[in-house]
Order: sequence, then structure tokens, then C-alpha cells
Amino acid sequence: MSDTADRVKKIVVEHLGVEEDKVTPDASFIDDLGADSLDIVELVMAFEEEFGVEIPDDAAEKINTVGDAIKFIDDNAG
Amino acid sequence: MTSLMKGKRGLIMGLANDKSLAWGIAKKLHEHGAEMAFSYPGEALAKRVGPLAAQVGSDFLIECDVSDMDAMDAAFAQIEERWGKLDFLVHAIGFSDKNELRGKYVDTSLDNFLKTMNISAYSLVAASKRAAKLMTDGGSIITLTYYGAEKVVPHYNVMGVAKAALETSVQYLANDLGPDNIRVNAISAGPIKTLAASGIGDFRYILKWNELNSPMRRNVTIEDVGGSGLYFLSDLSSGVTGEVHHVDAGYHVVGMKQEDAPDIALG
Repeated sequence: MSDTADRVKKIVVEHLGVEEDKVTPDASFIDDLGADSLDIVELVMAFEEEFGVEIPDDAAEKINTVGDAIKFIDDNAG
Repeated sequence: MTSLMKGKRGLIMGLANDKSLAWGIAKKLHEHGAEMAFSYPGEALAKRVGPLAAQVGSDFLIECDVSDMDAMDAAFAQIEERWGKLDFLVHAIGFSDKNELRGKYVDTSLDNFLKTMNISAYSLVAASKRAAKLMTDGGSIITLTYYGAEKVVPHYNVMGVAKAALETSVQYLANDLGPDNIRVNAISAGPIKTLAASGIGDFRYILKWNELNSPMRRNVTIEDVGGSGLYFLSDLSSGVTGEVHHVDAGYHVVGMKQEDAPDIALG
């Protein structure tokens, strides 16, 4: 797993209080990890803080799975 | 450690998470010995508020939709039942359709105008009326506002108009409740990245602009807001009411871009 993936996973586990092994790239934040819409906003804020990346609203709306988040961060951070 | 709030009990309305301005205030009040109750609008916030309340020694959680006057009556009835009286109230509540917090104010719909005014401004009036009845030994009420009430800030739109109504309400409430030794003030905080702020278009630009152009060349924190909240809710400010107090690193006194501030692009 990449460094980004590890850090994303850590944030998701801490924020949503889910088991680490459930946080797979295919896992949907809402359907599989039990996030609500406020969790999504909070996770996006946490990703922005952790990676120093800006995630605009239209991009955030397309982030449905853990893998989507990792990909967006890898493509846009740094 | 001083105990400016020892023996004082109050209600915090509008805590959402540990980024909330209400959290900055609650932490500071807790450090100084206050006892607090927390109200939340529904289940989605309940699971967030509960653990934070526990961190400041509170298990007093009250569900309250501030647009429902019966729910407001019930919320303050719970406080009366458990505490008998109230010493302070923190109103940290606002709402607008985020689709109207971008683009132009001229496009505001009637429906969202009324809803924004209701939740963001009238709720202070409704809460103050009920809180005042329990403030039998006097009290202090604060609300949170923003510079967009005074001057145009891009995208703040109908929320700016609602905050203007809120700030004027502070003055009228201060006058109505002054004879009962109940003080009403507002903190006009500089931009802070909160859950609520995430609904405002180009918020990062607003943050950056304030950081580069405020006299102190920085943004404010929820701890900055908490300190000022403590001042207003304690007897330190016993002679102060009807005030809109800026906690914004001085941004409100600035008339144009600072010479040393770079031009920044919308990004």
C-alpha cells in the first residue's frame, strides 16, 4: 500500500470508528463504512489538512470510495 | 487557574464538532468551571455532540430544532427542570441553502431567504425570550456573527443579510433585557474553517485574503474566539451589552489591500 493509502486509511478509521480491515479501496464511505453527509464533509476537511491539498466541492462530490479519495490526493497533492 | 465561571450554568446551542467556534468557547468555559448543557438539531449531530460534551464533563444533551417553537419550549423546560435557572446562553446557529452561498445575492429565493432568517436570526430572539425567563439572577447571552453583515463579502449573500438582522437583534434584545441585568452581545469572528464554513463558496480565498491583509497578518482560531466568549459570559464584561465585538485579527479596520500582501488568484 502506498503512503497516501496508509494515511487516508488512518484518518478514515479514526474518524468513522470502523475496523481497519473494512477500509479497502473499494469501500464506499456511505454504503460500506456508515458515513453520513456530515462525515463526508469532515473527512474531506481532514484530507485537505493532512495532505495540504484543496478538494473543491465538485471534486468532493465524486469521491464515493476510499480509492477515489486516494486517487484524488495522489493526482493533486504536492 | 482562575474560576471565572464557577457556579455558572449555561446552554450551548450549535456545537457541531471540534472545529466549531462553540467548541472553542465551551473548552474555555470548562477551564473556568462552568457547567454546560448542549442542544443539537437531530440525530446526525447527536453522535458528534455527545462525546465532546463528555470531554467537558457534561451529559446534559437536549434535542432542539430551533425552527420549531414547541421544541424550543420543551428544551428550556428541560433546563428548568434540571437546573431551575440559567446563567448564560451561547447561540452559534446559522443555516442557508449552500447553493445560494455562491453566485449572486440578487438570485436569492423567497423560500431560502425566509429559512435563513428564521434559523440564523429569529432563533436568537426565540432562545433569548425563553432563556431570559430562567435568568433570575441576571445573565449573559452571546451569538456569533461575521463581517459579511456589515460589508459585502463575495458569496456570503443571504447569510450576510441574516447576520445583519442578527446584529440588530442583539441591540434590541440588549435593550429589552437590560433592566433584568441580562446582557446580550455578539462576537464577529474572522473566517475559520468549520463545518458551516464549508458551505460557503471560495472559502479558502476568503481565509487567505484575511490572513494576508488583517493587521495581525493571521487568521483567528477557535481558541481566540473562546477567550472573548469567556470575557462576555463571565463578570469580566459586567458593564457591556449590545456590543458587536470583532475577533478578527483586526480585519474590520482595514480599508484596502496591505502593501506587503501579494495579489492572490481564486484557486
